[in-house]
Amino acid sequence: MKAPTPRPLFDAPIARRAALEALGKLDPRRMIKNPVMFVVEVGSAFTTLLFLHAVVTGDGDANPAFVGAISLWLWFTVLFANFAEAMAEGRGKAQADSLRRARREVPARRLAEPHRGAATTETPSSKLDAGDHVLVAAGEVIPSDGEIVEGVAAVDESAITGESAPVIRESGGDRSAVTGGTRVLSDWLVVRITTAPGRTFLDRMIAMVEGAVRKKTPNEIALDILLAGLTIIFLLVVVTLLPMSRFAVEQAGGGAPVALTTLVALLVCLIPTTIGGLLSAIGIAGMDRMIQANVIATSGRAVEAAGDVDTLLLDKTGTITYGNRSATGFLPARGVAEAELAEAATLASLADDTPEGKSIVALGTAVLGRAVVAPAGAVQVPFTAQTRMSGVDLTDGRAIRKGASDAIARRLGGGLPADVRSQVDGVAKQGATPLVVASGDRVLGVVRLADIVKAGIRERFAEMRALGIRTVMITGDNPLTAAAIAVEAGVDDFLAEATPEAKLAMIRDYQDRGHLVAMTGDGTNDAPALAQADVAVAMNSGTQAAKEAGNMVDLDSNPTKLLEVVTVGKQMLMTRGALTTFSIANDVSKYFAIIPAALVSTYPQLAALNVMRLHSPQSAVLSAVIFNALIIIALIPVALRGLAVRAAPAAVTLRRNLLVYGLGGLLLPFPFIKAIDLALSGLGLVS
Amino acid sequence: MSGAGLTQIVVYWLALLLLALPLGAYMARVYEGRATFAQRVLGPIERALYRMFGVRAGAEHGWRRYAVALMLFNVLGLVLVFLLQRVQLWLPGNPNDLPNVPPQVAWNTATSFATNTNWQAYGGETTMSHLTQALALGVQNFVSAATGMAVLVAVVRGFTRRHAEHVGNFWVDLTRSTLYILLPLSILLAILLVARGVPMTTGGHATAHLLQPAGHVDEQHLALGPVASQIAIKQLGTNGGGFYNANSAHPFENPTPLTNFFECLALLLIPAALCFTFGALVKNRRQGWGLFVAMFVLVLPFLILAVHQEAGNMEGKEVRLGESASALWATATTAASNGSVNSMHDSYTPLGGLAPMVLMQLGEVAFGGVGSGLYGMLMFAIVAVFISGLMVGRTPELLGKKIEAFEMKMATLAILVPCLATLAGTALACVAGETPGALANPGPHGFSEVLYAFSSQANNNGSAFAGLTASGDFYTTAGGICMWVARYWIIIPVLAIAGSLARKKTIPASAGTLPTDGPLFVVLLVGTVLLVGALTFVPALALGPIAEQLGGAP
Repeated sequence: MKAPTPRPLFDAPIARRAALEALGKLDPRRMIKNPVMFVVEVGSAFTTLLFLHAVVTGDGDANPAFVGAISLWLWFTVLFANFAEAMAEGRGKAQADSLRRARREVPARRLAEPHRGAATTETPSSKLDAGDHVLVAAGEVIPSDGEIVEGVAAVDESAITGESAPVIRESGGDRSAVTGGTRVLSDWLVVRITTAPGRTFLDRMIAMVEGAVRKKTPNEIALDILLAGLTIIFLLVVVTLLPMSRFAVEQAGGGAPVALTTLVALLVCLIPTTIGGLLSAIGIAGMDRMIQANVIATSGRAVEAAGDVDTLLLDKTGTITYGNRSATGFLPARGVAEAELAEAATLASLADDTPEGKSIVALGTAVLGRAVVAPAGAVQVPFTAQTRMSGVDLTDGRAIRKGASDAIARRLGGGLPADVRSQVDGVAKQGATPLVVASGDRVLGVVRLADIVKAGIRERFAEMRALGIRTVMITGDNPLTAAAIAVEAGVDDFLAEATPEAKLAMIRDYQDRGHLVAMTGDGTNDAPALAQADVAVAMNSGTQAAKEAGNMVDLDSNPTKLLEVVTVGKQMLMTRGALTTFSIANDVSKYFAIIPAALVSTYPQLAALNVMRLHSPQSAVLSAVIFNALIIIALIPVALRGLAVRAAPAAVTLRRNLLVYGLGGLLLPFPFIKAIDLALSGLGLVS
Repeated sequence: MSGAGLTQIVVYWLALLLLALPLGAYMARVYEGRATFAQRVLGPIERALYRMFGVRAGAEHGWRRYAVALMLFNVLGLVLVFLLQRVQLWLPGNPNDLPNVPPQVAWNTATSFATNTNWQAYGGETTMSHLTQALALGVQNFVSAATGMAVLVAVVRGFTRRHAEHVGNFWVDLTRSTLYILLPLSILLAILLVARGVPMTTGGHATAHLLQPAGHVDEQHLALGPVASQIAIKQLGTNGGGFYNANSAHPFENPTPLTNFFECLALLLIPAALCFTFGALVKNRRQGWGLFVAMFVLVLPFLILAVHQEAGNMEGKEVRLGESASALWATATTAASNGSVNSMHDSYTPLGGLAPMVLMQLGEVAFGGVGSGLYGMLMFAIVAVFISGLMVGRTPELLGKKIEAFEMKMATLAILVPCLATLAGTALACVAGETPGALANPGPHGFSEVLYAFSSQANNNGSAFAGLTASGDFYTTAGGICMWVARYWIIIPVLAIAGSLARKKTIPASAGTLPTDGPLFVVLLVGTVLLVGALTFVPALALGPIAEQLGGAP
């Protein structure tokens, strides 16, 4: 697997490009999609006009230097937000460029008939349509996504997955899908094209990475509504403050009404610019984190849904346990030495190419401390479905057999000795598979084959449980075996003797009870369940049908990835929530800075509210505006990196985030605004 | 704060809690149709009413039809109240031959009573005939309160139902709220009040011969009428519109400290009890307690502030009641969207007057109007769980219902509307030509009078700061619009949320679910209400009570 090297947050070329793009993003037609920042832009333009008016007439809204400084910092606020978005996009673009190189036009040989011998015509890859058949030989690039109808070949998929070892692709079965842009290394393939030009996997991936098809996710829309609501309230607060202030001046008979520049500054400080400015960057960065984990989501919606998932359906094999069962022990019958059993079992497995057979040889070698070599003249007896045994006939007349206990018992005619029978039962109860080994009519003992649960998986499940996510193991094993592995792996539930129908029914059942279900799958028979699940991660090695049915594709084909997907989904929501809280909590300090400054000329007693003892009204307003702009830059790393997801119940997470971002947001601005004020007055920049 | 004041507050809250708990449980049984004893007694009346009006009690409706029925009923009520005022001179039940009410005031009053605000741009005993008081205002006191309760019940159904199209039958909810809850409680309270000397008669005023004639004046007319019944429902139904101009400061409305205690309890009784009704109906009693505690926590600091500030300030207060009981009432009447007064808030110290003002500006959600306070609080709860849900990395949910874009849109609207109406109304008043002549005081206090008037009307409270003459064309018209908008532009989004929630599935709780019934949620909810309220009104408050307070004595 390509180890995703974490890109540095502020990569110099990306930052340079982002700075330029921030200017381009000032186009009001683009800005209006983000209502909060659009209001800031309008405010910036308005204060710029006020500044020009003040300069020309020499007697404008307030002194020209003040108006100019506010206007400048308001423009910076907009630019900083645009820069954050451009930074997030820039990080994805590097990846898009390398993908685009893989997508380049290649000549393809279109077949008139769907078999190798048919006549071919040279067609550019962009002209291939779904349903066409092409022949791809060794050394050639597969022109578009498709399904192998004939042939078997080694394919280099590194352009997409980053995985350098070639993979085998063949017609039929679950490994028949190929991706455009990958290269055939050996042999040849006849591929039926399954996607229209411009809609290929690579195209979708590039679009996703570049954020071109980024639609707002449901939670993002809901948050947008809240932010727009807050913006409207504060807009009204500021708009109504003008007549109220004028009225106060009439009533008090002195002072000046609040300046328009101050009103705009107050507005920008109050509306949630911090979250408004970073919102899209958070979304793009979330997708980027997915891509760095080598998972391609078909939509941001799917990523977000992953954060909501509370039930994970995990295939036992490959996800919870290593792919195959392995021999974990020899249990000799009474009167038989372990070495004798080990040697016999190893001899019987030497020609057994299955992973189980190999594991018996490996264990036997380890137990005996030497390699076992097949004696000359030994005749291998392969496994058949009828006998359900395999073994070896030696020249010395010994006939060694290993097989299921009932098969061996039938062969012996008289059943198994009592001690072996109890060993068999014991092994089965542990959820392992007993293989009985017999030499002639003498039972030597039992080989225990067991699933090996992946290291660390139990801890991952415990983390998931702490986050409120239940894990369900799916297996074709019998309930007894399944239960034993379930206990060992620490899953919450299991589905034994699973069929595709049972899987689908289980997902529906969970959904009916209100759960959100995620699963992984790769086979065509997984497709209905993948389509039904709320979050479905298809393995890139899987069939086209599975990839179409899922809403994410894992390029590494690593089913354990589901756990990471959930984490990224949660992270995206948490970052948004935390910054929203921070943004709103900030307002309190800004009121303390701006309100006394704005109204003090009418009611001098309001100076008592100036708890930060800011230098002057103008310095107070300017300091608040500068803080408001700089905090966006300061929080870009949080937006791009996301909050850390820790395994803790919701209440604990909330308490922590509330303390950090709520209370922090309330208190933090006070010292910083004061510091800015001290700097401004110390440098003599304000009157 | 004096020891007596503290005792009064503690006894008050304990008594309120002791009454609210059983009442909450009873109301839950009423709405579930399980109030067996009451149904045996009142059931025949209920069924007779349905037969009379052709209501099919078993038929339930979607939120749209529910809203249409509610609006039709309210508009009809509004028109009726308006017309009765305009023709009262020619109708019976007018022993004092009071003239027809002028149209602007009639519009303001009709909106005011239909919207459960009970802002009074008139003096009761000198403007409204007995018939108008009883048939127009009295009836609205019941049904406007019942309307609020009906909306709340519809929201509860939204939370408890899954994959459902219907949120209930408005006519049934309205009838049950009135017949099983408001009427019995009012009768009980009215009898208690009559026993302590509150008048209850259909006759006109009584004449007293003065012992010491003042110049030519040797007799005084004492305004009487069906007072006790009106007072009972005006307190219980968070209405607040008194029989007399002086409201519950008038010795006939509120003769003794004991009646004062009863009336003050009645202010918050149903809004507080509805928290527990909610808990019982959603099968999560802790949730009910959580809401109650959140409301209490919101009110408490303002209560302490008011009682502390008013200690020793007897201006505008009744000697028979004292400062603590007056400050307690002022807090309770603005915590609930009641608006009845037993003292003149205009005479409070700047911060003492700020307390009731802020309690209204928070949106009348702690404890708020009957029904409306709790459904308003639920809108804040939706926003609070939304933000906190994001913070724990999960699509937010409240009581197992996912909070999505539609709910956010409606909840934001419901929270936005009263803020907008208050601010816009106050700003318009600042430029209205009528204002300088209508103010009793100059400077920040004058501004406070205007801000208070619009805070009261745009949050359907109805209490007056006094000082401001609000019977002019601008104030009656703008105030009427504020009351209308603040009532129905909240009710309709709330019903829309009820409909949307009812259609959703219920998500089972897990460790990943944010618990919404614990102390953490209470903190969040209180924080959300305070932040929205405080952030919206800080500038206006700075120009009013805060400037006045910091300015010291003029």
